[in-house]
Amino acid sequence: MAAKSDGKRRKPAGNLGFRGWRRANGRVGVRNHVVILPLDDLSNAASEAVANNIKGTLALPHAYGRLQFGADLDLFFRTLIGTGSNPNVAAVVVIGIEDGWTTRVVEGIAKTGKPVAGFGIEGHGDIATVAQASHKAKEFLHWASELEREPCPISELWVSTKCGESDTTTGLASCPTVGNMYDKLIPKDITGVFGETSEITGAEHIAKSRAINGKIGEKWMQVFQAYQDEVIEAHKVDSLMDSQPTKGNIAGGLTTIEEKALGNLEKIGRTSRYIEVLGPAEAPAAGPGLYYMDTSSAAAECVTLMAAAGFVVHTFPTGQGNVIGNPIVPVIKISGNPRTVRTMAEHIDLDVSGILRRELTLEKAGDALIDMLIRTANGRLTAAEALGHREFVMTKLYRSA
Amino acid sequence: MATPHFLVHSPKDNVGVVVVEGLRAGTDMLGVITETDKALKLKASDDIPIGHKVALKPLKKGDTVFKYGEDIGRMSADAAAGEHVHVQNLKTKRW
Repeated sequence: MAAKSDGKRRKPAGNLGFRGWRRANGRVGVRNHVVILPLDDLSNAASEAVANNIKGTLALPHAYGRLQFGADLDLFFRTLIGTGSNPNVAAVVVIGIEDGWTTRVVEGIAKTGKPVAGFGIEGHGDIATVAQASHKAKEFLHWASELEREPCPISELWVSTKCGESDTTTGLASCPTVGNMYDKLIPKDITGVFGETSEITGAEHIAKSRAINGKIGEKWMQVFQAYQDEVIEAHKVDSLMDSQPTKGNIAGGLTTIEEKALGNLEKIGRTSRYIEVLGPAEAPAAGPGLYYMDTSSAAAECVTLMAAAGFVVHTFPTGQGNVIGNPIVPVIKISGNPRTVRTMAEHIDLDVSGILRRELTLEKAGDALIDMLIRTANGRLTAAEALGHREFVMTKLYRSA
Repeated sequence: MATPHFLVHSPKDNVGVVVVEGLRAGTDMLGVITETDKALKLKASDDIPIGHKVALKPLKKGDTVFKYGEDIGRMSADAAAGEHVHVQNLKTKRW
């Protein structure tokens, strides 16, 4: 971070810059959404009505927000506030069933300095709330639509990763392509994150050894062990076959969780070390570098948590063809499975199947991903964006009160 | 080099991954160890789908299976060299 004061950090480094929107808090976004954010399940209808009235705004309906408590409630608020605070979001209208928690979300997002307004439904009804909120959403949309992109250095880019519907080709091709990208861009001061606590089972000795030091490695191991004890051992009824690995993983040739985990970890490359262990949806605070986040391995849950932590582009290796997207973060799909690239071409942004034929080196695949990352940051819509994939899925820790 | 039928991550591995579609039993396969670029030859004893594993040497029930040079589980049945290794003969040691 020391480089920030020398005046050079804000200049694009050669062709490794991109054009993004710099927000009031200094973070840079690569999309410019005006979000209509429901506080709770009950407010989805009004939020979707506002998004229908005001074209170009984006409602983020979800299933939760009522009677949650403790750590589960903390995570809920962190996810909602983090989503609204993400630099890919220009402005936010929050709609909740009542004013108290609505205000809590509004105040959390307002700390970024971006425009945000809240509306409670009780005492007004859906129709009056939708009318009022629509006027505000239209005002925000006009304002956001005149904001311009500006040149930014690659170090301003926060890039997350998580793979899905993995098979043996992800471990051979698409995951190491992401790893090669991180090995090249982490030294250029980008911020990265990987997670998927359950899917490191069998490779935990490697994950622990990839921490920046022994203390962070121990911290990682505690997170991993807590997941094994509190989630897997507490609730499992069998070997988890068909859940981990999934039916799709098995169809693709993955047999055991250990095999899946070793392929998964290829995403952090050869030289990258993680510098801190984050809780779910927790924003990085230790400066540029690679982070670990404690997440589930379910794709939409994991990407939603990483977006809530402030990541603006996601790299998603897939083997069998996971079709996931995210409403506010472009999700770049990378596949090395020639059958998937052929049968599901519309979902794949980067084909690295040449690695399996030994026609494409990992070095060149990594460069191709960096190129796609920059094009996406500059505005190229991903396959998931074009196909309307907007999976916004909260992580729920336990039953509500 | 011709296009390989299977790839092997590490010289320590006793399984490889088939990387071509429609591989039939009896095919004389070309394999490559990606870590060392060393070529291998092996005859397929089964039809093996793309992405699925093939035994590089005879594996006995109870043997540890290595991929990426690491332990990925234990054989639950025997497999001869060239045979398909998957859920029918390989199980996790975890969970």
